[in-house]
Amino acid sequence: MQLDTPRRPGRGLARGIPAVLSVVSAFLIWEIYVRLSGISPLVLPAPSRVLDQIVLNRALLWDNTLPTLKATFAGFALSLTVAFGLSVVLDFMPRVRRALFPIFVVSQTLPLVAIAPLVVLWFGFDLTPKVLLVALVTFFPMLVALVDGYAATDPEIEDLMRSMGATRGQIFRSARFPSAMPYFFAGLRISITYAVVAAIFAEYVGARAGLGIVILNAKNSFRPDLVLAAVVISSTLTLILFAITALLQRVVLRWRDVGGNP
Amino acid sequence: MTALDIHNVSVTLGDTAILDDISLHVAKGEFVSILGPSGAGKSTIFRLLTGALRQNSGTITCNGQPLAADQHGFGFMPQRDALMPWRRIIDNLTLGLEVQGISRKQARTQVTPLLAAFGLDGFARHYPAQLSGGMRQRAALLRTIVQNRPVQLLDEPFGALDALSRTQMQAWFERRWHAARWTTLLVTHDVREAVALSDRIYVLSRRPARVIAEMHVPTPRPRHGRPVRAESHAIEAQLLEILLDQTGELL
Repeated sequence: MQLDTPRRPGRGLARGIPAVLSVVSAFLIWEIYVRLSGISPLVLPAPSRVLDQIVLNRALLWDNTLPTLKATFAGFALSLTVAFGLSVVLDFMPRVRRALFPIFVVSQTLPLVAIAPLVVLWFGFDLTPKVLLVALVTFFPMLVALVDGYAATDPEIEDLMRSMGATRGQIFRSARFPSAMPYFFAGLRISITYAVVAAIFAEYVGARAGLGIVILNAKNSFRPDLVLAAVVISSTLTLILFAITALLQRVVLRWRDVGGNP
Repeated sequence: MTALDIHNVSVTLGDTAILDDISLHVAKGEFVSILGPSGAGKSTIFRLLTGALRQNSGTITCNGQPLAADQHGFGFMPQRDALMPWRRIIDNLTLGLEVQGISRKQARTQVTPLLAAFGLDGFARHYPAQLSGGMRQRAALLRTIVQNRPVQLLDEPFGALDALSRTQMQAWFERRWHAARWTTLLVTHDVREAVALSDRIYVLSRRPARVIAEMHVPTPRPRHGRPVRAESHAIEAQLLEILLDQTGELL
């Protein structure tokens, strides 16, 4: 009896066709509009022109992508560590959860426009403020996902483990943590899409290098084509990170992809 | 020898009396069922035994020892199979042993020879979602048995199955039980199941639950696979009469 549903390799690609078509046609319409209307490239550059700028300024863009990537990764690593550490503390100590959770919620109400310059003021133009801002923006979705995920553990599985004589720690490791994984990945996908944008915003407010600085300088010298070139790079980074998360989810949550009842 | 003795146990939750002076016992190697209407507090007895709840009065002894909070004398099989969907069948089966501190590798060696008898041969690497309801139930039972506890507690183990699978599972289970003679306490509201499987049956009243009848089932084993004996029918009828008097309703 073969119960595993075979995964047909072509199917994933075929499902992506509508998305590719819609994106391509949007750029086509944009390109055609710019050419037919004769609008100034200082107002709206055509996609082809943006692409040209990417090629022309590849050295500049590359040099400034690295600091942004560094801030993104460092910030996200901090965010992940803090979110996981806090989630464990909050799960084991409900009192602490009641005391601290409102603070975390308030931290998400702070307007980034106001808080980012202050963080730069306090921590300077180096990596630190960017790392902190990326972490501030991205930790909350993951924390909420983990805490909700722990709480969603099947009570019958916990009763069963208690009947086996399991300690609170064993129940957390074997039941609550794995139960939270689907939730965690939902939070991770949200967080990762904020990460690059948060790093760029932090740079925009104050930094020596980075895609945020490229955007700031390009805007100040009325170069919307170069602004958009940096935007394309930033979006590509986010898409790559998103794809990595999706891949990771596939591996970790493999049990959810198996076929249903025979 | 008495494996489990529940003596004059009462439980009150808030203002609601759940169990009222319950006394029952299970001898070593005996199959005892607790039969009662839904919501009577049958599962409350299991919650006492697994340490999820404490009685307000009365004593519980397991193999002559008072039931301490840290003592785990029971293998517990919950109503739904409670298999962890993220663990393969083999890793679900070893869960109880891992909790006891046995390494995963050693636990696997211990469990693997038992797969065939439980109809799980070749399914060790499958995830629970890939198995039928009956197979999942057999896996849950094996997970209970391998813990090697003195008493097995089964909480309506076949309740979630369709009628055909349930009958099949009862027949299979009776054969397994007949071969191994696990000391078993089964909770059910299925009269036919109780009569088909048990040596002795306690009937509980509606809440607050009291023991209102105790019946021996002398029908020789194995019982499944042959025509149901007249004596079993008589006991079923008698039990139904007791239970229906209780709820004051006719079928």
